[in-house]
Amino acid sequence: MVTGHEPDALLAMAEAVLGHAERGACTEAEVLVMAEDSALTRFANSEIHQNVAESNVSVNLRFVVGKRVAVASTDRTDREGLRALAEEAGAMARLAAEQEDWAGLPEPGPIPPVPAAFSAGTAGATPELRAEAVRAVIAAADEQGVIAYGSFSTGVDTTAVANSKGVRAAAARTSSQLLTVSMGPDGGTGYAEACAVNAATIDAVAIGREASAKARASANPVAIDPGDYPVVLEEVAVVDILDMLGYLGFSALAVEEERSFFEPDRRIGSDLVTIWDDGADPSGLPMAFDFEGVAKQPVSLVERGVCRDVVYDAGTAARAGVASTGHGLPAPNPYGPFPVNMLMAAGDTPRDSLIEGLERGLLVTRFHYTNPVHPKLAIVTGMTRDGTFLVEDGRIVGPVRNLRYTQSYLDALAGVEAVGAERRTLKGFLGGAVAPALRIASWTFTGATEH
Amino acid sequence: MDPATLAPMRDLTDRALDTATARGASYVDVRIVRRREESISIKTGRVEGVASGTTEGIGIRVLVDGAWGFASTNRLDIADIERAAADAVRIARASATALRMPVVLDDRPPAHGRFETPVEEDPFAVALETKIADLVAADAAMRRVEGLAFTESLYGAQREWKTFAASDGSFTEQVVTHVGAGIEANAVLGDDHQRRSYPDAGGGWQGAGYEYIRTLDLAGRAEPLAAEAVELLSAPQCPSGRFTIVLDPSQLYLQIHESCGHPSELDRVFGTEASYAGTSFLTTDKLASSFRYGSDLIDIVADATAPGGLGTFGWDDEGVEAQAVPLVKAGIFVGYLSSRETAPRIGRQSGGAMRADGWNRIPLIRMTNINLLPKPGMSLDEIVADTDDGLYLSSNRSWSIDDRRLNFQFATEVAYEIKGGKLGRLYRNPTYTGITPEFWRSCDAVGDERSYRMLGTPNCGKGEPGQTGHVGHAVSGARFRDVQVGVGKW
Repeated sequence: MVTGHEPDALLAMAEAVLGHAERGACTEAEVLVMAEDSALTRFANSEIHQNVAESNVSVNLRFVVGKRVAVASTDRTDREGLRALAEEAGAMARLAAEQEDWAGLPEPGPIPPVPAAFSAGTAGATPELRAEAVRAVIAAADEQGVIAYGSFSTGVDTTAVANSKGVRAAAARTSSQLLTVSMGPDGGTGYAEACAVNAATIDAVAIGREASAKARASANPVAIDPGDYPVVLEEVAVVDILDMLGYLGFSALAVEEERSFFEPDRRIGSDLVTIWDDGADPSGLPMAFDFEGVAKQPVSLVERGVCRDVVYDAGTAARAGVASTGHGLPAPNPYGPFPVNMLMAAGDTPRDSLIEGLERGLLVTRFHYTNPVHPKLAIVTGMTRDGTFLVEDGRIVGPVRNLRYTQSYLDALAGVEAVGAERRTLKGFLGGAVAPALRIASWTFTGATEH
Repeated sequence: MDPATLAPMRDLTDRALDTATARGASYVDVRIVRRREESISIKTGRVEGVASGTTEGIGIRVLVDGAWGFASTNRLDIADIERAAADAVRIARASATALRMPVVLDDRPPAHGRFETPVEEDPFAVALETKIADLVAADAAMRRVEGLAFTESLYGAQREWKTFAASDGSFTEQVVTHVGAGIEANAVLGDDHQRRSYPDAGGGWQGAGYEYIRTLDLAGRAEPLAAEAVELLSAPQCPSGRFTIVLDPSQLYLQIHESCGHPSELDRVFGTEASYAGTSFLTTDKLASSFRYGSDLIDIVADATAPGGLGTFGWDDEGVEAQAVPLVKAGIFVGYLSSRETAPRIGRQSGGAMRADGWNRIPLIRMTNINLLPKPGMSLDEIVADTDDGLYLSSNRSWSIDDRRLNFQFATEVAYEIKGGKLGRLYRNPTYTGITPEFWRSCDAVGDERSYRMLGTPNCGKGEPGQTGHVGHAVSGARFRDVQVGVGKW
């Protein structure tokens, strides 16, 4: 961690800015300081082709005058820069129109520490360490006669929040991700990914071998007609479902704006589907508090197929008359709260048995370029990618060319027949996600491509 | 930052260049970037987001033993710049431990000069209360229509001051200004959610000043737009089948973006984006064989000099001068978006398409302004009048394309029936799908200058770590025959 980016140092900076705001006659103020010290080593054609590092601190000031609110941000953190930030935010707030339903900044509350969120080893990761892991992935690809592409990132994010009501929160967390696409000479491609707080737990050789083996197995894919097929979705594909439903429906703002599928006690999945958000769960990428300095509460989103709750930030919680669940994003935030630590419950079906349960269906490694077609029905289109296989009588018959699907993710959850016993920690839209593989009764493929 | 404050920048860039060179770099380039942003968002009458932001820092890119390294910091003092330069060299040496093909750059001449986006009315000088009032008026006009669930009105401006210096002696200064605004009406009934937006989904964006926002007349367009969102709730589902479709510029620009812009990026072709966004079907053999990308009517150019574009600049982030590069001529694929590293591999000079998302990101090959040139003959209205039976699709709602940019599927906010050359009833939930070259070969009409306009995409994603690009697309609308419309179960 760069000197000056420690949690205490950032909290001191936040308090200094808070002082500027209070001297500037705010009625409320919130300061969010975020430091990022990250690096990413990228490889393609079995060589490192991009290799970058970043060190930054940004300061976000939400300045309130009565019901007038404005936000200014800067990464100029010297005394003059912070003072100018407060001046600018104050001037803007005084010109902003009133928010009639402004309910105030969050009140302070206890924030239990989440030590599992930080790894000193990841924070100190060097370019040589990342290069060594990349060379291991490339070596695994070489063994299989395929070409390796991918990236290995390591970083520490340090966040501090202070507001005029007494909120004080500061913590550092780390994350690392190794992903690789292997590409073979006969059109085969494979994918593997690992994500962890502690980079040392990532087995680069295993990741390289998994993707390379899949690339070999998916060589010379054959065309298959689009249509409805039962599927087994591997964990990476399942994370797309979690993320998309989080974006489309598990946000209190989406419910407030009537654009969510979510209704309390509505059944959207089979009994096998249980999804929740938990910032403290060490199996994900934990974080103790949100960007408003509110402790993250575990939130049950779907329990045995039935909608239970959504996530809130301070604004949506106040309008709904409930407490924030600690899912606020940095202000201003037109997207609303977001479940950044989603987990799906494992089932009791071993991985191989998921496939054995398919009479005739498809095994999908992951999805590509997914996008909602009808948000309220959670109809999403996207492509399969990096390993799609035909399964007959419970056995993989061979690779097929990639397919386009146009599928309601709600219907997919309703069709979950079996859930994998193992789960993987992977990167989601904004945080970590922990997901099992799924067998689903029917998936609607609507088109095909040439590879 | 005015020109006077740029002078000390040379001291900083020199320090970075000298430090990296002394530590063994054979090539170094340095960008000091300061970006100022401002945004206003209004949701259903609530002035929800009034925000401004400033970010500044330095990014140092080096070549050591033929391998790349890059480091960046927001601290613009000598000690931190020297530390970042040293880090960049160390990172490059680590890259060299897994290198198979040392980087070779083309030999463009050193760049010198200054560029500034022409701006008539400085968006940062327009009073904040004026900008809020303009949006509030548009939002209120939408909400005069009964039956809406929520509305959104957005404004944004960005100005970037950029100093570029390289170890070959290049030194350029640029001030680039972008503005955008838009309105969106949302109607919900049961499980149905319909949206109409203007001028485009996500707003209309240009390289310009506040004068562009005034031309949009958001308040004047708000009420009919909102009425159409409500009307869509009771409109019939768009039919499925093979149709003649006419694409409004508000959809056609994204079709170009996804199915021509991205596959023309030469880094994708060479696999360097394979692990994230994918590769491209436009492999180099297709350049040599004069691949037929579209019909004879299709002329597409990557023009970084086009007025008003989000992809307009003086020099790219490798110091290559802005230029217009033909990608497709009379339907034949003729060129790529390229860089100093990739262009020599196909025997060409860089087309000047390397762009970075700020000081803390490396330049990647990005779209500039990817324009479908207008064709003299018919206006867009006349194309509709020339169509007996078809659909007119407007305003993007959803987009997706495969990892080689072949199989695409788009949804638009609305379809209008075309019967006997006239626009008729509305259809909701229109979608269409196809394979890129088949689709572009089916184009039998492109609008003329009368409907040609510059649109922009301020949220083009690429790279790891992620970068958001601002790219432009000038289009006039076009007609396509025998296209699959209506996908999925509704």
